[in-house]
Amino acid sequence: MEQASVISPEITFEHHQETSSFKKRVIKTTIILSIITLIELALGFTIYLLHKGATPPSYSLVLFLKGVICILTMLKAYYIVSVFMHLGDELKRFIVAIILPMLLFVWFIIAFLWDGSSYRNLNNTYNKYFYETTMPGKQTIEKAVPLEPAGKQ
Amino acid sequence: MMWFFLVSDAFTFGGFLISYGTVRFSQNYWPDPSVVFNAFPFAGHANLPLAFVSVMTFVLILSSVTMVLAVHAGHNRNQKEVEKWLIWTIIGGLFFLGCQAWEWNHLYFGEHPTVVSGHIELIGQATNINPWGELVQGKALTDALNNTSINTLASVVSENHLSDMSHAQLLASQKSELVNMIANSNIHIRETGPVAFGGFFFGITGFHGFHVFSGIIINIIMLLMTRANVFERRGHYLMIEKAGLYWHFVDLVWVFVFMAFYLV
Repeated sequence: MEQASVISPEITFEHHQETSSFKKRVIKTTIILSIITLIELALGFTIYLLHKGATPPSYSLVLFLKGVICILTMLKAYYIVSVFMHLGDELKRFIVAIILPMLLFVWFIIAFLWDGSSYRNLNNTYNKYFYETTMPGKQTIEKAVPLEPAGKQ
Repeated sequence: MMWFFLVSDAFTFGGFLISYGTVRFSQNYWPDPSVVFNAFPFAGHANLPLAFVSVMTFVLILSSVTMVLAVHAGHNRNQKEVEKWLIWTIIGGLFFLGCQAWEWNHLYFGEHPTVVSGHIELIGQATNINPWGELVQGKALTDALNNTSINTLASVVSENHLSDMSHAQLLASQKSELVNMIANSNIHIRETGPVAFGGFFFGITGFHGFHVFSGIIINIIMLLMTRANVFERRGHYLMIEKAGLYWHFVDLVWVFVFMAFYLV
């Protein structure tokens, strides 16, 4: 391993992990990932049961559960990237070089989801046909009559 | 260099998932994933939401773990161990792809009674139509049932075991009887759902499946090179390390695909 950096200039870090401590770390990460996945599934199942109930679930509760799922997903991503892909063991500048471009996603996600929801709001306000044919719970008898094909987006 | 490729690939997947999010946010109605993904191999019509996809997720996580072990064995220049863990990783990847093939097949060729232009048709999830719209109930449902051919009604009744009669007997019976059987049962008949759903689902899970496929090919090449003593002669197992990075990335993407399509 000492001469590895001579062999390949691409090596940016050195591994000097003992096999026993390495095994411990991998097992710990696997268990963490599995537990997070199980919690996510439990939350997904909770949302399903809420939808199944007699009364429609509270919008903000479902949104909250979905938000928790998103945060848990980010946590999983962190463990995979930092332990399995051992980005956490790399040189600090290298970590910054990888993570910095990823910050663009913050803008990317906010901008485009905002765009989608603004499109919906405008449609619901100014396009009565869109509102009446797609709004859940607005189902009327006329809806069973063929509506072709303008209703399809 | 592998890292910079992965950064660019992350933006490709990110772009896909965000466009899916944009379209989803622009719709008043979007299908509930636990309605769409509720089947399990050999379980028939049993309603098992999220069960199958959790199997797929765990398989992919475990194959990521075996890849970590292969990379570690490479650091220790332990050829036998590298081969063993690579083989397990390849098996995990193939198992995942097999699951995905089953799921796609089930979704595409599924026959769900769905209200299409006022009558009921048996359709699966394709890129131009899908059966995941809102539930149809009451008068709208009876109207649609009355507009449906007796052949389709008989298929719905026998598929859902609503009657002890055979398909041929059902075809010979009165249409109103069949309509009543279905209207009084608890089977869910829906309208067609947002058209974009199928394209995004097949497109994004397909693109991810293609990454799994190429990951398996890369791992097989790594296995053959290890067998041929290439890395032993070279003095280091860095290639395994890079293949490992790609494989973990595939797992990482699945974490997000899993969230976007199956959980929220």
